[in-house]
Amino acid sequence: MDANKLYENLKKVQEPKGYYFNRNMDTVMELLEALLVNKERYGYMACPCRLANGDRDSDRDIICPCVYRKPDVAEYGSCYCNLYVSKEWNEEKIEHEYVPERRPPEKMAF
Amino acid sequence: MQNKSVKLYSLSTCSHCSSTKKLLSECVVNYKIVDVDLLEGDERKAILEDIKKLNPRCSFPTILVGNQVIVGFKEKQIREALGL
Repeated sequence: MDANKLYENLKKVQEPKGYYFNRNMDTVMELLEALLVNKERYGYMACPCRLANGDRDSDRDIICPCVYRKPDVAEYGSCYCNLYVSKEWNEEKIEHEYVPERRPPEKMAF
Repeated sequence: MQNKSVKLYSLSTCSHCSSTKKLLSECVVNYKIVDVDLLEGDERKAILEDIKKLNPRCSFPTILVGNQVIVGFKEKQIREALGL
């Protein structure tokens, strides 16, 4: 699997759910490459913007798409990484705020 | 050019971290980068303890400019801290 193929696969599944890729393709490809690095490293696509523990169970909430994507896109129009965004975010109808980390610190198993 | 000590705690995979690295490489002469995801065992544990003291959420990037801690790629704040 390369990043282009991953892009195509995810786009088909995620767009109908209302989650769009950031229109900045450099950012998107960088993040998709990073997801593939994590897949190789951990065996699953852990969020590239968070420190994975390497244990699937403790990292479950940050396997992309993470469980925080829904509330983050609802509140900020973007996920924590700026990978998945809303249509309005891409169209700059809403301000591009820096998305704060929503994952509770106690979830970090280290 | 500033002369405060600059330290970046980052992840090798994180886009906000790479944006921060780019900014530092353009503006700062001396800075130290620690890619925490590439560390293992006790070394990782020790660095994480350091980061938690600066940023209890232990999120990335965590940037230390002199004594000032900036969490996230907040370009304006980073530039201000650097005196740019």
